[in-house]
Amino acid sequence: MSAALSGQPIRFARRDRGHPERRWGESCIRPTRDARSRRGRCAINEIWEGLKQAALLLWHLDPEVLQIVAVSLRVSGTALLLSAAIGIPLGAWLGFSRFVGRRLMVALLYTGMGFPPVVVGLFVYLLLSQSGPLGSLNAPWVPRLFTVGAMVVAQVIIAFPLVAGFTMAAVKGVDPNLRQQLISLGATHWQATLAVLREARFGVVVSVIAGFGSIISEVGAVMLVGGNIQGSTRVLTTAIVLETRRGNFSLAIALALILLLLSFLSNVLMLRLQGKTA
Amino acid sequence: MSEWVYQGENLRVVYGRRTVLRVEQLTINAGDLVGIVGPSGAGKSTLLRVLALLEPPTEGVLYFGGRSEPVRWPPPLDLRRRVTMVFQRPLLLTASVFHNVAYGLRARRADNVRARVEQALEMVGLAHMAHAAAHTLSGGELQRVALARALVLEPEVLLLDEPTANLDPYNVSVIEDALKRLRHHNHTTVVLVTHNVFQARRLADRVMFLLDGECVETADAETFFESPKDPRTRAFVRGDMVY
Repeated sequence: MSAALSGQPIRFARRDRGHPERRWGESCIRPTRDARSRRGRCAINEIWEGLKQAALLLWHLDPEVLQIVAVSLRVSGTALLLSAAIGIPLGAWLGFSRFVGRRLMVALLYTGMGFPPVVVGLFVYLLLSQSGPLGSLNAPWVPRLFTVGAMVVAQVIIAFPLVAGFTMAAVKGVDPNLRQQLISLGATHWQATLAVLREARFGVVVSVIAGFGSIISEVGAVMLVGGNIQGSTRVLTTAIVLETRRGNFSLAIALALILLLLSFLSNVLMLRLQGKTA
Repeated sequence: MSEWVYQGENLRVVYGRRTVLRVEQLTINAGDLVGIVGPSGAGKSTLLRVLALLEPPTEGVLYFGGRSEPVRWPPPLDLRRRVTMVFQRPLLLTASVFHNVAYGLRARRADNVRARVEQALEMVGLAHMAHAAAHTLSGGELQRVALARALVLEPEVLLLDEPTANLDPYNVSVIEDALKRLRHHNHTTVVLVTHNVFQARRLADRVMFLLDGECVETADAETFFESPKDPRTRAFVRGDMVY
């Protein structure tokens, strides 16, 4: 472990000779080249240790890590399916239709695309808390705070505007005359809509990837509504925050690498699916 | 008296404040090939979209298929499927030629799709390109595929919007031959919008001249070209009308 991270004093440059015990960060005076070099080597060592630990954790199928990965996939996978189920039809409808209030809806959707996740988490927290408008109902369909259900609700609210917005853009990118031509060939409106969506599939897949990327890497909302409870609502992002705070950088890096791998694999899978339909 | 396919009374289409089509009386008989000629912006494509039941007229009444009650909007699917339109700029799906031609049949859950698609492609001389990707085709081939995907449906009425615009003489002759064969075998009613007066003369039984959204004259082809009544029609036929 590095001197800085372990709390050991670092020797400073000539101008700071009068205070050899001063710690890094307490003064604006630059540390010596040796100290900088040591810290650089330490950071590389941390990353290297993280890589090794990630490999070991994966190789030995560490039950706690597997449990965290499973919860992450369960929460983000369910949220993604629900977001796609809401976002793709909504985006297609906004892309095809012309009606009074459409502009307002599109403006709201764009606002939703840029909504800070932690604010979404706050709203969901307030809604689902015991004194909140939904939480006070005690209805079976209302998920309770600090459960996977509450995390899914928060992630759906984060992801579906992205899915809908990108789907709308993709649908609008297809020549509007195509739909009319298909209808003139005897397609029902539903068949023509599906055909146009199929033409816009690249954009629709991008919308799903964007939605997944936004929720698998999200930490603020799931931390607020999930509570990061070990064995229950702890996901990769919240576990990374926790391990970093504890100073377990190797484990944090290992979890981060697993998160990156999951994100990469899901994107590859979706791009392959897209390729098969091309 | 021939059985009519379309009858229209006081048809008007207005976009914003602009009237783009004004046809007081319209009759199209079954089995006829009606050529609609006129300069750009005359309302030809708008009239075709109304006849294709894709767009309702702002005013007026349209009767279709010999039915005594006028067409209600949106028209029911079974009525819509009796008409097929080929657009001036054909848009194909990102798929094979076969898939594009089969689209309308599959939408109807029709039988014997393969044989019917192959026959339609044969009619337009593209049987050898059934498995080619649509995006690899030339302009002429695209238009022929667009015609094939309409022909394969064997519609009661076929509407063609400038099907040979910007095509070379070979592709024009292929499309015109396909139309002649279609009429010979199926007795299909065809409405052909064209800039090309010579094409209208070659193919049409009756010709309608539209100018500034208004129907100037409708007559059988011989009368239209040999002794038009309206001076504007005479100018158009002679090629004096500059547009």
